[in-house]
Amino acid sequence: MQIFGRTKDNLWTLIAAPVIWGIHFLFSYFLAAFRCAPNADIFESIGSTRVAIGFVTLVSLCLIALVIRRAWHEWLTGGGGFRNDQDTPEGRESFLEFSTLLLAGLSFAAVVFETMPILVIGDCR
Amino acid sequence: MTERENTAADGPDQEDEEVRRGQEERLRKVWAAPKGWRYWSAVNNTEVGIWYTAAAFGFMLFAGVLALTMRVQLAVPENDFLTATFYNQVYTLHGTVMMFLFAVPIFEAVAIILLPEMLGARDLPFPRLSAFGFWCFMIGGVFVAGSIFFDAAPNAGWFMYPPLTTDERYTPGYGPDIWLLGLSFIEIASLAAAVELIVGTLKCRPPGMRLNLMPLYAWYVLVVAGMILFAFPPLIAGDILFELERMFDWPFFDPSRGGDPVLWQHLFWIFGHPEVYIVFLPAIALVAMIVPTFAQRPILGYSWIVLAAVGTGFISFGLWVHHMYTTGLPAISLGFFSAASEAVAIPTGVQIFVFLATLLTGRVIFSVPMLFVAGALATFVIGGLTGVMVALAPFDWQAHDTYFVVAHLHYVLIGGMLFPLMAGVYYYWPIIGARKLSDRLGRIAFWLMFVGFNVAFLPMHWAGLMGMPRRVWTYPEALGVGISNLVSSVGAFVFASGVLVIVWDVIRPRSREPYAKRNPWTAGTLEWLARMPSESWGVRSVPIISSRYPLWEQPNFVDDVDKGRFYLPDAEEMKRETLVTTVLDGKPLHCLRVPGPSFMPMIAAIMTGAVFIFATFHWWTLTITAMVLSIASIIIWLWRGTAQIPEKAEKDVGLGLKLPLYKSGPDSIGWWAMFITMTGDATAFVGLIFGYFYFFTIHADFPPPTAVGPGVFWPSIALLLFASAWTAALFARILNRAGRVGPARGLMAAGSVASLAASATLLWGPFTNGLDPSAHVYPATVWVLAIWTAVHGGVGGLMLGYCLARSYADRMTPEYDIDISNVALYWHFAGGTALVTVATLAYFPMLM
Repeated sequence: MQIFGRTKDNLWTLIAAPVIWGIHFLFSYFLAAFRCAPNADIFESIGSTRVAIGFVTLVSLCLIALVIRRAWHEWLTGGGGFRNDQDTPEGRESFLEFSTLLLAGLSFAAVVFETMPILVIGDCR
Repeated sequence: MTERENTAADGPDQEDEEVRRGQEERLRKVWAAPKGWRYWSAVNNTEVGIWYTAAAFGFMLFAGVLALTMRVQLAVPENDFLTATFYNQVYTLHGTVMMFLFAVPIFEAVAIILLPEMLGARDLPFPRLSAFGFWCFMIGGVFVAGSIFFDAAPNAGWFMYPPLTTDERYTPGYGPDIWLLGLSFIEIASLAAAVELIVGTLKCRPPGMRLNLMPLYAWYVLVVAGMILFAFPPLIAGDILFELERMFDWPFFDPSRGGDPVLWQHLFWIFGHPEVYIVFLPAIALVAMIVPTFAQRPILGYSWIVLAAVGTGFISFGLWVHHMYTTGLPAISLGFFSAASEAVAIPTGVQIFVFLATLLTGRVIFSVPMLFVAGALATFVIGGLTGVMVALAPFDWQAHDTYFVVAHLHYVLIGGMLFPLMAGVYYYWPIIGARKLSDRLGRIAFWLMFVGFNVAFLPMHWAGLMGMPRRVWTYPEALGVGISNLVSSVGAFVFASGVLVIVWDVIRPRSREPYAKRNPWTAGTLEWLARMPSESWGVRSVPIISSRYPLWEQPNFVDDVDKGRFYLPDAEEMKRETLVTTVLDGKPLHCLRVPGPSFMPMIAAIMTGAVFIFATFHWWTLTITAMVLSIASIIIWLWRGTAQIPEKAEKDVGLGLKLPLYKSGPDSIGWWAMFITMTGDATAFVGLIFGYFYFFTIHADFPPPTAVGPGVFWPSIALLLFASAWTAALFARILNRAGRVGPARGLMAAGSVASLAASATLLWGPFTNGLDPSAHVYPATVWVLAIWTAVHGGVGGLMLGYCLARSYADRMTPEYDIDISNVALYWHFAGGTALVTVATLAYFPMLM
């Protein structure tokens, strides 16, 4: 997948953003689980874990923002609007770009959701 | 299409009625279902799909009767209609059958019937695989469901938590084994269907059906089949660990020997939660087809539905721990899953708003299917809202394992799955039965079901909040839930009477009624090309698509299809054929010969089923015999039925287009099937690896400092041998393609020997170091990973041997090389598996 310049969209570019969400989700969960197992001192602060998850969140959000930027830009320069049901390669491209945009928006929101626990939970209780 | 365009192609004259009649006779003969007892050798999607659907409905009715016996038992406090132990079997089987034998299989069943019709394909790409899947499902289903008649059914809940289920003291008998082995066997059917449906959706669309023109049902099928591929394998991995513990005392879930029962909960729910969406999305897919028809307009927000389907598919994998809020996991972990559980409401809500918007902007016809759709949306929204409540950990701690959860899950499943499915039954019945179902009976059935359902399940919210735990066989009067339960029981019977009305409507004789008119609902999608009664060939000619609703928007479309003015109007060579096209734009790639009737899929399923059934009762000699017979039957099936060399390189498929009859590598559907199967296989392997690292995480020292592992030497040798086999497979393919058949055969033979040696060497490490798998979870984990990989080596060796034989039999040549090309692909996965196994078992402990 190309991030700058025009890309031919396909099923892989479509799912790029939710895959980033998936990686972020698994990373957050596994890191926290690893840090908090085997449950020796549940009151100990896990600041470094939260910072690491925060960092990965920023990276994930930036990557998703790039996906959004690309899809948005290409969808608009292709004419935007309602051409998604046309029987042309442009119609297909426009549909994939717009769907990518929507999925990336959802993934962005989901990553933000996933990060909220580290703002309020500071130990392994 | 103009007449001039048609005659420009120098093919048969489709305007000549004689020509068309000859073509139709040939097509009819080629696609006809076998007669007499041979009928059961049919593999065509119309036959298999209908058996599958009927069987799944049969299991639903059976599980429904179980539910009614539960409601009788719970109608009054301290009842003794059922004994406690029998009640345990009843509720376990009710959940198990509804989920594994109805909700998931009905998706596969309906998709097998509808998908080819919607895609203008003559059949799905692997009809015999569908038939194999059906027979696996049928045998496994009867085995699991039938156990209750021998008082031997599983009795510890449909999610089988250990240690309740691993300890002989609590669950004596074969119940859990029947559950584990019976359902593992059925999971094979689900994976087979996933392969079939993914390849079908991506590669068997009609020419011109670009991704943006695909029917929404196909989008949902693609997403759900993809989800099956990642959701079922972790359960298979879990089943393997579980059964090894039950049969051979390998302590994966026994804390006294380093195991952990929570690992099962993880593996089960990594499957179990996506499964809810695997059940829900295909039913909503039916709604996405029904709503535009009755709103008399195209769907509003097609891309938003795709967003919803794909988005839900992903996020549903981040929810599994919300079933485990009360296991004592740290709050931060719960937080992640709670957040994802809230986030999944976004895409789920989007599709409901899309349906509402489509209805609001259309001119709605209130028919029976729409009635069920409306009931579905209302019910599902209530279930969704209680879902948002139980997704919050503090609320769930109060409601967990109470009737509140029972109410929630039934609102979700009946609103999100059963009502849409009933809408689908009324909507699609003309395609199957050539007549509409009764409008009057449909309305009666709907209101009985809708009212009965709410009367039965709404009070359960209160019963749950009053403190009534789920899965209890009775309750004391003092709990104060007597009235509420009595009302629920009455509602359950009203609901059941609605189901019976539908059953009657479906089975009542109606041969004197006239056939429905063609496209009876005036729908716009391809499946309504079906004639009444329908022909077994599917479509008369495979159309060129330029719209999402071709029947509405493409001029003269039905006539062009009927007169055979599109592709494949004939079956000149008397072979079953369909088109394979490209993923993005549906450009024709090749003409696929699909296999016809055969008993081999049924025989292979019976043999494979025998392996699982004999293993349940520890009849080892019979198990091994069945295993050998199963492998032999699969080899015979493959040898005689796959990768057949066509009599000519290409054929004219109509409209002047010549397409090859044989393709190998990524252009062939077999390659895609192997890729998809091995992705599922790799997911199961990741489930086992997850187990290893799970134990690593929860133990301060894993591997334990005193433990002896498989060593480094033997695993390293095994890895070298695996690498040689992998390389041999790869170069065998390359050399064979280059025409150097001799050296290629040499490499196949060498690779086969190397892979068998690799497997033996990998097992030799833990064996020679005396690892006792029942002593502690560490050796057990080492053994299970080594065995998994060794089995893959063994299968890889067998495959290379098979290719060698095919080469000598002239069934595989440099030009026609599907076999070795797929086997080389297999070896990429097998090689990767060996690499990860050896790195985990031998090298990872050195880093610690």
